[in-house]
Amino acid sequence: MPSPEVMSWLRTRFFPHIWCPGCGHGIIMHSLLRALVSLEKKRSETVIASGIGCSSRMAGYIDACTMHTTHGRSLAFATGIKLSNPSLTVVDVMGDGDCSAIGGNHFIHACRRNIDITAIVMNNNIYGMTGGQASPTTPRGSLATTAPYGAIEPNFDICRLAEGAGASYVARATIANPKQAETFIKKGIQKKGFSVIEIVSSCHTQYGRRNKRRTPIENINFFKENSVAFEKSKTMTREELEGKIIIGEFVNKDVPEYTDQYLALISRVQGRGESR
Amino acid sequence: MPEVAFWQGNEALAYGALAAGCRFFGGYPITPSSEIAEIMAEELPKLNGRFIQMEDEIAGIASVIGASITGMKSLTATSGPGFSLKQENLGLAYIAEVPMVLVDVMRGGPSTGTPTKGGQQDVMQARWGTHGDHASICYAPSSAQECYEIAIHAFNNAERFRQPVLILSDEVIAHMREKVLVPEKESIEIVNRKRPVDVPEKFVPYRPDPKDDLPCMASFGDGYTWHVTGLTHNDWGFPTNNPEEIEKNINRLMRKVDRFRDEIVRYETEYTDDADVVVLAYGSVARSARRAVRDARRRDIKAGFFRPITLWPFPDKELEKLARRVRTIIVPEMNCGQMVLEVERATKGKAKIVQQSLVNGELFKPKDILKVIEEVA
Repeated sequence: MPSPEVMSWLRTRFFPHIWCPGCGHGIIMHSLLRALVSLEKKRSETVIASGIGCSSRMAGYIDACTMHTTHGRSLAFATGIKLSNPSLTVVDVMGDGDCSAIGGNHFIHACRRNIDITAIVMNNNIYGMTGGQASPTTPRGSLATTAPYGAIEPNFDICRLAEGAGASYVARATIANPKQAETFIKKGIQKKGFSVIEIVSSCHTQYGRRNKRRTPIENINFFKENSVAFEKSKTMTREELEGKIIIGEFVNKDVPEYTDQYLALISRVQGRGESR
Repeated sequence: MPEVAFWQGNEALAYGALAAGCRFFGGYPITPSSEIAEIMAEELPKLNGRFIQMEDEIAGIASVIGASITGMKSLTATSGPGFSLKQENLGLAYIAEVPMVLVDVMRGGPSTGTPTKGGQQDVMQARWGTHGDHASICYAPSSAQECYEIAIHAFNNAERFRQPVLILSDEVIAHMREKVLVPEKESIEIVNRKRPVDVPEKFVPYRPDPKDDLPCMASFGDGYTWHVTGLTHNDWGFPTNNPEEIEKNINRLMRKVDRFRDEIVRYETEYTDDADVVVLAYGSVARSARRAVRDARRRDIKAGFFRPITLWPFPDKELEKLARRVRTIIVPEMNCGQMVLEVERATKGKAKIVQQSLVNGELFKPKDILKVIEEVA
């Protein structure tokens, strides 16, 4: 059972939730709420933004300032919120389709801008809500309703994408290790800058049943057996890493944050700060 | 004493927005609207406001909606191709009832069309562009002075009715430089959104006041926790599949504007009392039309002039009344005939409607409209 502190962050009025029994997303929500509780965040000063999909319904279940937006666009809404009121803690929860397909442009630009938002990407390798269509992270060869003969497209590596685009904190965990997910989320929220925490999740309903991971337990076991720590992965060959999930912290750096820079610009324009 | 400025339409819109209390601009560069973004980039930091150039048009309006939810009066500006891209999130602002103002400086279309030429081809998109039913409030200024004044009205109505308000300017108005009387700050009427009266524990974010069908709006960060969604929702702001709640939600969104239609509709007339033939025109075309009507009067033709200032809601009742007294209504437009359909709908066959369209990117010359007046007089 979640702690009373975690329960106080839930809108149980809106239950039952829409997720299938055994869905990985509940594990991620619990990790997020534990992180928020342990950071002693206030609900009325915390924004949870989301896009469209199973993952994005998370915002509605959290009793904070929550905004369920359009598909892929949540980071653009969150950018407006954070820039207007930088004192708010802004977390953006999204799925793999949200982040890396329809919202790809917003994602890379949020990374580049390095705005102080924490993006949690729930990657379950599929469009679950719409019925199991292939996403940019569906592994090559996997079956999906729009890839009935197997996916032939290469995947996005969301963490490497975020790193290349300039995010100041990038990490990956799986739902098989919720404690690690919580730690990464916590560090992401604490980081002054744009943070990306990819959490490999499971959709046994839409992905698993077509790809020999029919039950929630089979998915958890798959993640346990195929996870490789980032440090260890450096000693492995490309062939050895084929099909593995590299977990760990990839980026943790301090670089100028967007809203800080905008507020400094205001001071400069108004003649209160240092001039350049 | 009002100050005198010499502004382009785009400048007047930007300064009008600032006078209305706009403190956030999110947008993307596009001709012929970019001057608005440029002025906001320069002026907003001086007022502790925020300007952000987003990665695309979609993100521009998204940032504006986000900013408005934190309590900032927010603006975006664009032109045809950008207006198309913004339709998705414009719909979210309608259903989530987020105040904001969108300026579309019209150019010729479809697609990239004629970026540096005028046009009036977006007027139906302003009514029906985003999918689903929604009530549109849309102004068409026809001078730099009016750009300034309408920017203030637009913000006031966005705040009052909790929804997007559109301003359809056009390339001609945007880049025409004219004298603008800038009123004293104290004389400008400013409307702010209704704030919650209930304490956070009792706040129901979308429970409307029966008096005006409008719910109070909290801001993210001011002590309230609430849910905003693009899904059809109940009074708690939570998605619903309940047929009664769905119908209630959609009907209220229409009704909250419809019932105050008479307070929103604006139009202007000249020489209509004894007119046989009336020219109905809006935006830049109204400038040529008014001149044509005055020229016709000099030639003893009983011509009149009707200018809708709100395209949506359309001044249909007022026009119908006029149609009972006149023989012919000429509708010159810089499109292939869009508002003329609305004129036909409003006048219900009571007057003869003559369509005059021009889609070569040039503004109507008064003599071309005068020629049609003389033909039908």
